[in-house]
This record gives sequence, C-alpha cells and structure tokens, in this order.
Amino acid sequence: MSEARKEFWRWKEYNWHNPDLDWRAGKIRSAGVDVGSVSSQAVVMVDGELFAFASTRTGADSPMSARKAFDWAVEGTGLTLADIHYTVGTGYGRVNVPFAHKTVTEIACHARGANFIYGPGVRTVLDMGGQDCKAIRCDENGRVTSFLMNDKCAAGTGRGMEVFADLLGVPVEETGELSLAVDEEPEPVSSTCVVFAKTEAAGLLRSGWPREKVLAAYCAAMAHRVVLLLERIGVEPEFAITGGIAKNAGIVRRIERELGVRALSTGYDTQVAGALGAALFARALAEKGR
Amino acid sequence: MLASYGYQDGSGDWFITIDTGRCAACAAKGCHAACPAGVLEVTEDDYGDVVVAVREEHRRKIKYSCAPCPPGGRPCRAACPAGAVRHSW
Repeated sequence: MSEARKEFWRWKEYNWHNPDLDWRAGKIRSAGVDVGSVSSQAVVMVDGELFAFASTRTGADSPMSARKAFDWAVEGTGLTLADIHYTVGTGYGRVNVPFAHKTVTEIACHARGANFIYGPGVRTVLDMGGQDCKAIRCDENGRVTSFLMNDKCAAGTGRGMEVFADLLGVPVEETGELSLAVDEEPEPVSSTCVVFAKTEAAGLLRSGWPREKVLAAYCAAMAHRVVLLLERIGVEPEFAITGGIAKNAGIVRRIERELGVRALSTGYDTQVAGALGAALFARALAEKGR
Repeated sequence: MLASYGYQDGSGDWFITIDTGRCAACAAKGCHAACPAGVLEVTEDDYGDVVVAVREEHRRKIKYSCAPCPPGGRPCRAACPAGAVRHSW
C-alpha cells in the first residue's frame, strides 16, 4: 500500500509588490537576484525604494531559478526585464544569473541589505542561509569590515532544519515555535554534523522524547553552532539576523540567550536581504554608469 | 576589512584572514607567488580594492592545503611586508 508522503520541509514560496509605487515614474529601476543553494530571491527597487520581491526554491538549473524568481517578483506589475537599468547577481549561484550586469558576493549584499532593513545602527549581521552561515561586521554604510563564513556542513543552516522538519513530521515554518513549548531546555544534540544530529534525534524519539523536546535540542545545537562563529568575529550591538532562519523564533531566542544580546526586529522580509543588498548595489552602479 | 576564508568543523577552526586594508596598499602581493600550494589569488573585492583572497577551491580544505608549510615559517606570511595574512592555527 502506498501513501502520499507530506513534505514537511517544503516552505511556502511567495511574491509581493507595492501597488502604490508607479515604477514607470522612477528614474532608476534596479534588480538584485540572490541564487542560493536552497532558495532564490529577486528584488526590484525603483529609485531605491522597494517595489517588488519574490522568494522561490532553487532548482537544478540556476539560470532558470534566477529568471523564475525575477519573473515572479514582477508578475502582474507590467514591468519586464527590459525595463531594468541594472541587475546584480549574488549568492552561491551568482555567476549563473545570465541577465546580471555584475556579481557581488552575498557577504557584501547581506551587509548592505541589513543596513537598509534594520538601519545604519546595525554592526553585526548573522546570515543563516540554506547551506551556509555567515558572520559579518559592518559600518554605518553597510560596508563590510570583517566577515567569516562556514559552508562546510549543513548543521546550523536552513537545510538542517528542513531535515529535522521531515524527520519529526512538523511543517518547517512551525518548528521554531514548537521548540519553545518545552518546560526545560534539553541538552543540545550534535552540532558538528546534521547527519549525526538526525541519527541522535531518531534515537531520542525512540526513547520517548516528544517532538518539541527533540526540536528544542536541535535548535539549541544550531544556536550554539552559529554563536561559536559569531564569537570568532566578535558581536557588537546592534545585532541582526538575515536569511530564512531569522524567521525561526526557536533559534533566534536561543542565539539571543547564548549571546546575551537581543536581535533587532523588522517588518521587512529577512529572507530577501541578500537580493535587496544586490539591488542597492545595482542602483549605485547604475548611478555611476558602470 | 578582515576577510576570513575557511571553516569550522569538529576538528577546530581553520581560517586564513586577510586584512584587505593593509593588503590593498601593497603593490607587490608577494604572498601570492610565495605560496607553494597556490592557495592565494589576486582579485578585486566588492569595493573595488585589488587584494589577495583564498581561492574558492581551497576554502573547504584549507587545513590540508596549508598543512605542508610549518606554522612557524609560512612563506606567505614571510612574503607579506604589511602583516596582512594570518592563520587561525
């Protein structure tokens, strides 16, 4: 007997545009496309104002993922690629954005994007991506002053959380809140490798641990993993988190607890920070005529 | 900018840090030629400075790429007059 298996890891793809902004009236229309290992985002700005964005899953074909993200961002707006003055590609697949005029590293883009989202006070940015994690220090202009990244393994990344969502049968968007529903913090599982962590978690489930306790143990492990990275670079308030994991309250709360620093909050979508930074770079480059 | 290339894993921290402010001011970039493993490359960073960086293909195996050189006598560091290259181990 076969049964359709629900994909608990599958997060919702989405798009948005500002219906009150007339893109035709803008002087510079810039775009940023962030092709990550797990998700791709596109952001369109009109004279430095956020006009549209989309976040989609990265497929096997990076150029197609980049185009899909862009097309979905501008869907229903009447704007096309031909209307964009300058595009910057960023992320793991930045060299695979065929319509980009230039590429900029995701480190510089996340710092620039965080500066836009959280304001010029932000000094430390943690980008928790799909398959890597970056600790970034920046100045009041969003220029990187120091960075380090870890992309050696999936522990401490969005992909690791997707693996756990599937293991536990919990929709990935709900993992954070559920992990906070424990009376007492359990010991973290392995933070060295997501495969080891999954094996350990399966054992804990067999021994009778409820799902929220296993999730709490994994969220604590992820938090500890990225805090080690942050401590290497030094955390200076104000501190902000970008990337999809910034939406996971279970990890954010535990990072804050371990660091003793509150992360800044925002009404912007943290997952598009890299693409947003790329669009800001694109605008600056268009103004310079490069 | 302090640009750190490498990784953390169960065996420790393995990063090469380049102080790009100091590196950009050095015209010779002797560290690049001095590295017997070809770990370093000269490139333009996101802000238009010409600096040295760790090649992409070495970033996930830097512990092994740098292993043949003794920690006390690394030729890249010896060739850098600005003291811009640092290893975390």
